Amino acid sequence: MAKSYRSRINRQPSQFRIKFIPSITVILGSMITALPLITDYPILPPMGLLVLLSWRLIRPGYWPVWAGFPLGMVDDIFSGQPFGSAAFLWSLVFIALETLDRRGVGRDYWQDWLIASLSIIFVLICGMLIIDFQSNLLRLEILIPQILLSILLYPFVTRLIGAIDNWRVAQ
Amino acid sequence: MAPPNNRRPGFSKRAQYSIFASYLLGILGAVVGLLLLLISIFDPQGFAVLRTIGAEATAPISKTLSEVGGATGSAGENISAYFNAASKNAAMKRELKSNRIEILEARALKQENERLKRLLDLDKEVPDAIGMARLISSTSSSSRRMATLGLGTTDGILIGQPVRAPEGLVGRVLEAGPTTARILLVSDGQNVTPVKRASDELPAFATGRGDGTVEIRPINLGTNPFKGGDLLITSGSGGLYAPGIPVAVVIRKTETGAIARILANSAKVSHVIVQPMFQAETVAAIAKENIDGAETDIEGGE
Repeated sequence: MAKSYRSRINRQPSQFRIKFIPSITVILGSMITALPLITDYPILPPMGLLVLLSWRLIRPGYWPVWAGFPLGMVDDIFSGQPFGSAAFLWSLVFIALETLDRRGVGRDYWQDWLIASLSIIFVLICGMLIIDFQSNLLRLEILIPQILLSILLYPFVTRLIGAIDNWRVAQ
Repeated sequence: MAPPNNRRPGFSKRAQYSIFASYLLGILGAVVGLLLLLISIFDPQGFAVLRTIGAEATAPISKTLSEVGGATGSAGENISAYFNAASKNAAMKRELKSNRIEILEARALKQENERLKRLLDLDKEVPDAIGMARLISSTSSSSRRMATLGLGTTDGILIGQPVRAPEGLVGRVLEAGPTTARILLVSDGQNVTPVKRASDELPAFATGRGDGTVEIRPINLGTNPFKGGDLLITSGSGGLYAPGIPVAVVIRKTETGAIARILANSAKVSHVIVQPMFQAETVAAIAKENIDGAETDIEGGE
């Protein structure tokens, strides 16, 4: 139907957009490793995780607690980590964030950024330790550039996801 | 932040149960994730099919973009090359002069080598490349060091085959799909390469450190004869890599060995060559020789 002939009141946004856009953006974020970037050390921010955290912190209550598991499994297909690593770590992050939400204290932007930063540091360090605990424990400093880049990129990802969210619920 | 709509369950038993159930599912997800992780740690190839499907699905994007990236990727380097151009030019001229002499010497050595090989009847027809392609993507967000190659089983790629660039060894094939293959790079922490020092054939192992360097441990423990600038080449033991492929150059000594920088920086190499497995080739050559020998014996008997 042409735009001008649609009902002007009681419009509903597209149900497809409402339901699937967040998952699609997270999966696209996970697929960032398909870009032809060949690096000798981990440097690319985990975009799937950044997008997921943005959605989770912009819209608390949208994802169920178990959503970290299926999305993490998709991330594992593309990331090169041992299969199940993101499924496990993202689930833990979701349980922690849900518990935090249940405390019922309102958060501001800076606290959101802090929570996202801690989650990113947790997932990246655990992801490295999962691969080889003993020898990687001694050289966690390899991750510093990637962690810094991810934390600094988070606000930009949140702006982008916020814009996508506005479009998602727009009528 | 927008408040969640179901934050306080109040006295509603239904609401309380639904929160409890969602937590239970969340914890279940974490437990299943941990189980999957344990399975994939004990059986690293277990989920290779899923990863291969993922790599095949994104390969068209990676391949197209890597063609574009090849044209623009070195722009930064080209610009930075203009700085100090004059002094660099002079240094390069000196280097060129000394290299020219070395090339002449190497040419003479090559000729002698070929003559000796003919004398020993070693000059067998061995294919030295199965295919040549670009590395199209890598696990640049993970601590594992793997790259995806734009060739697969349809091009004759098999798991275990060594991958090299003109500069040196890049890695080996870990998983192979129809049109893509995953390469375990030399710098991966779980890749151990048998090497030897080029100058005196001192055997050692090179283990990846995940940051473009390898840790060198000599096989004879207790001695640490490495020094900066030592060239390490594959030793051929283990039968995977052909001997003599350059691997790394020692940059500093440690207590137990040395740290060496990998020569074929996977971020810089544009094309890589997949080679047949060294040992498989030897086995095939020996088997062929035995058959030939048997045939001539029979003919001789008649």
